Amino acid sequence: MKIVVDYDLCESNAICMDIAPEVFEVRDDDFLYVLNETPSEDMRPKMDEAVQRCPKQAISIKE
Amino acid sequence: MPETGHQHQGVNDSTPDLHEPASVTVVGASLAGVRGAEAIRRDGYRGPIKLIGDETHLPYDRPPLSKQVLAGQWEPEKAQLIDAARVAELGLTFEVGVATALDVEGRRIEVDGRWCDYDALMISTGARPRRLQEGQQLEGVHVVRTLDDCLALRRDLDVVPGRVVVVGAGFIGAEVAATCRGLGRDVTIVEVAEVPLARVLGDQIGAVCAAIHEENGTELICGVGVSSLSGNLRVEEVQLDDGRTIEAAIVVVGIGVIPNTEWLEGSALEIDNGVVCDATCLAGPNVVAAGDVARWYNDRFDQVMRVEHWDNAVEQGAHAARRLLQGAGAPNFSPIPWFWSDQYDRKIQLAGRPSPDDRIDVVTGSFEERRFAAVYSNDGALTGIFGMNRPRHVMQYRGLINEGASLDDALSLAGESS
Repeated sequence: MKIVVDYDLCESNAICMDIAPEVFEVRDDDFLYVLNETPSEDMRPKMDEAVQRCPKQAISIKE
Repeated sequence: MPETGHQHQGVNDSTPDLHEPASVTVVGASLAGVRGAEAIRRDGYRGPIKLIGDETHLPYDRPPLSKQVLAGQWEPEKAQLIDAARVAELGLTFEVGVATALDVEGRRIEVDGRWCDYDALMISTGARPRRLQEGQQLEGVHVVRTLDDCLALRRDLDVVPGRVVVVGAGFIGAEVAATCRGLGRDVTIVEVAEVPLARVLGDQIGAVCAAIHEENGTELICGVGVSSLSGNLRVEEVQLDDGRTIEAAIVVVGIGVIPNTEWLEGSALEIDNGVVCDATCLAGPNVVAAGDVARWYNDRFDQVMRVEHWDNAVEQGAHAARRLLQGAGAPNFSPIPWFWSDQYDRKIQLAGRPSPDDRIDVVTGSFEERRFAAVYSNDGALTGIFGMNRPRHVMQYRGLINEGASLDDALSLAGESS
């Protein structure tokens, strides 16, 4: 799977970082950085949760 | 939103089905309702799921209603939570109607005067805005809760020049005020408390939030209530308790919400400032509640709470819907409440459940910079984290709260990262 962030929607609420800090990092510049765009399949539940709980619905998963 | 096939097929190898209901009915086609329906579908539930809502729009997201949609930056469609294709993909049925009564024992619900059977029921009927006693019916007086509310205010802002008066400096009031300032309007906020948001954030941080309004050119009048609104058909003036009068072309009332539970009176459910649920979100046999309308025992905080935040609707919606598919031994719903509010160019976030008189320690930045994070603590125990334009820190310290960390732990994390 591939993690895609719509940066026009992202408002750096950092919920995704709370769920999966190994994939998402909001840095001190207040921008979100995706540390690993292709996380392994065992990360899928966390990625689903990040998609669901993003307040801006800015995260999607492409297969 | 992409959806993978294997998630639907997981039904047989996931947790054993203790008493899978023949169908699930969700009253309240809200954020909690939609996320609940999505969650059980993702888990593999294959029975019919029906959502009953009292609006003709497909479910939509509320946060943009006080910001992007109100400002005219987004068309309403962009705030939709789910589109027709996704509804079909998930196999959801929507019905427009108003639920008027519930018979828990008979497993029946009355919608628009007609009784229908249900097997398992989720209540997510949300809350409605509190209104002023006098003058609320005048033209030009608004609340912002539904999409229609938002569009009515937006139309008024388009055609009626003059001052916008916002009653209540809570989060909705503050965001609407900020959006109206962004549109170049003169804005006055009237707040009955001496310090806005003090009941939630305490005096010190409430005062910083107040200063943000003034620095952005919004007039803030605190410590005075609104006694009435007056005008001839259309609102013209706001009368304050201290005798002052403010001219107003448009008034927005944001003085809190009331949970929509009246339709449950006479049902066997306990109603007390919301639908009372146990720690798992169960309100009665085969009935759960979630979102703004639900009041449940959060064992993490040893408190019965009703939480009106977006994130709670998402999480509790999913938890409560899953609860309908689980028997005894279902997990408790024990979140750390979290919310955000965007006002002007500031992002405010709070995680935890602080008391307004808890101790406050700034862990990064400063009040003066208007960019800081501060932890709340009570007797050495961490109770909350507040951030202003510090999302990273809010999530870091939220993690500490999750671990049951102490103030000392928080201060040593602050020391490490400074």
